[in-house]
Amino acid sequence: MDEMKEEVLEYVIEEYVDEDDDEEVGYDTALISSGIVDSFSMVSLKVFLEKKYKISLPDSEATPEAFDTVNSICDLVVKHQG
Amino acid sequence: MSNIKSYEQRLQDFDWNHAKEILGWQEGELLNIGHMCSDRICAKGHADKTALIWEGFGDATAQYTFNDLRVLSNGFAKLLRDQGVEPGDRVCLFMDKVPALYVSFLGVLKMGGVAQPLFSAFGDDSLEVRLASAETKAILTTQKHVKKVRKILDKLPALKTIIVVEGNPAKLKDGELFYDMTENRVEDFECFQSGPETQSVLHYTSGTTGQPKGAQHVHSSVWGQALTASWVLDLHDDDIYWCTADPGWVTGTSYGIIGPWALGVTQCVLDSGFTTARWYKFMQDNRVTVWYSAPTAIRSLMRDGDELVKQHDLSALRHLCSVGEPLNAEAVVWSEKVFGKAFLDTFWQTETGAMMITNYPGMKIKPGSMGKPFPGITAAVLDLKTNEPVDEPGTVGLIAFRPGWPSMFREYRNQHDVYRSKFVGAADDATPEQCRTNTDLWYVSGDRASIDADGYFWFVGRDDDVINTGGHLVGPFEIESALIEHEAIAEAAVVGKPDEVNMEVVKAFVTLHKGFEFDDMLELSVMNFIRKSLSPLAMPQEIEVMEKLPKTRSGKILRRYLRSIEWGEDAGDLSTLEDD
Repeated sequence: MDEMKEEVLEYVIEEYVDEDDDEEVGYDTALISSGIVDSFSMVSLKVFLEKKYKISLPDSEATPEAFDTVNSICDLVVKHQG
Repeated sequence: MSNIKSYEQRLQDFDWNHAKEILGWQEGELLNIGHMCSDRICAKGHADKTALIWEGFGDATAQYTFNDLRVLSNGFAKLLRDQGVEPGDRVCLFMDKVPALYVSFLGVLKMGGVAQPLFSAFGDDSLEVRLASAETKAILTTQKHVKKVRKILDKLPALKTIIVVEGNPAKLKDGELFYDMTENRVEDFECFQSGPETQSVLHYTSGTTGQPKGAQHVHSSVWGQALTASWVLDLHDDDIYWCTADPGWVTGTSYGIIGPWALGVTQCVLDSGFTTARWYKFMQDNRVTVWYSAPTAIRSLMRDGDELVKQHDLSALRHLCSVGEPLNAEAVVWSEKVFGKAFLDTFWQTETGAMMITNYPGMKIKPGSMGKPFPGITAAVLDLKTNEPVDEPGTVGLIAFRPGWPSMFREYRNQHDVYRSKFVGAADDATPEQCRTNTDLWYVSGDRASIDADGYFWFVGRDDDVINTGGHLVGPFEIESALIEHEAIAEAAVVGKPDEVNMEVVKAFVTLHKGFEFDDMLELSVMNFIRKSLSPLAMPQEIEVMEKLPKTRSGKILRRYLRSIEWGEDAGDLSTLEDD
């Protein structure tokens, strides 16, 4: 789980956070509800998770709430890794 | 009692001057949308009425009265004039749904500028194409988005002024100006003396071929926007109105700024993306009475179930409307079940500037139907071969309108040939003015529909390759052009594929350059490449690699064939398909 958290955090910072942004992004930083990741871009984050972890996330569970922090994202991934 | 009272009666005695009557507007008054949405409302005695209730990410909130709108928009108007912006210059508004967006929109119009709002999720390529086309003189943006402007600045010789209205002033670069609107309340500003044909708003819209086109609107559009806001949205003086659209798109300006504020109605804005619980809470906390949203959002709410609805007090809601794409019958039935009111579908587009075919308070709703033409609008479906209006109920044809309604776009910026091509029967040398004033012509919308025996219109689909994803039109050409900028991609064809929530999503068919192997990480790399350079809406949600793309013998990629496969439809005549 810790390794997964690191990978997801690294991906989020790489793809969604600008170099000169002030925000410190951590495992519990709000991503969607703070505007760091806009809700339109959630799709690409979902695709990343599905491809990286070989899972399928149903749309009904890939909600902005579930994607709001690295921790909640990883909880969702773990649940679907079975 | 609804404002429209009786649709049938309105058809009988319709006159566009009804708009002036409901606004109490007298001949000789200044026709300037910025003035009409702020100064004029104050002059009518509503200076202290709340104009805007705003909520952002986290706990951020703000409220503004009509007097606030007046003095703060004066501040923007003065700022732009002091910066050398002239009447007629295009001023881009590139920011999230922050209060400064709404206020500066009015300020630009007050000083005679042309407001050019752009969706803040656009990447730098999308931004560059639209700013270059418009020869935009000034841009108002935020610290969050100014980085995209910096990347393309050297390709935009016309862009002289960059104003950052939110963020940390210490982060600005040389040549950028910071402006805090709350510190600049300007009591008096002499508004530009605009008239009915003075340019007001420039919205870019996607087409099948070429880059996006700038649909130019004028100040007299307010008649169409105010009247439809009154009769269709049924806005009353005491309403709390919520339009969920972003002013980067036409709904967000026509009905998220102009229509409601010209009528002096209080509106709310939520700038925190989409989450079901937050949306319901927002409506509950602000006692929203009239809600104008989009099918994609409605279907997403539906997907999240009825239980969340029951946990919120939405009893203030009295009227619901929808726009952006066809509203499916299931969503209409669901809204009746959970909100006690059906969403009324409205059909119009960037070019029309205001609602054209809609459902009305008090009129029988046929779930899944677009409704009937707005009074004063002559609408038809034209035969696909002859372009003559079809009489037979249920026959599918092109949705078309007789020109001449007030909010009609006046031109595609610098593309008169493309403008002319939208009018069936226009002479080869017809000017835009001749096209839009000739009521013997038909303006063709680019959508297909049929009309039933009761006169209700039923949407069928686009008549071209433009993709409607979540109510936003995206052009395949723009995405294809961006895709081949990726190092791995040799050729690309983009089509819409069916999607339960968004109606359509973007699918790309590509061929790869030698040496590249397609795998999950390459697919993700391509997706993110498009998301960042164009926008998340343009990002392909599926990429299929082909050995070669289907082409005509003359080498043109047959998108139609690829689309027909995705939709399980007949591809039609394939005789021109290149042999294997």
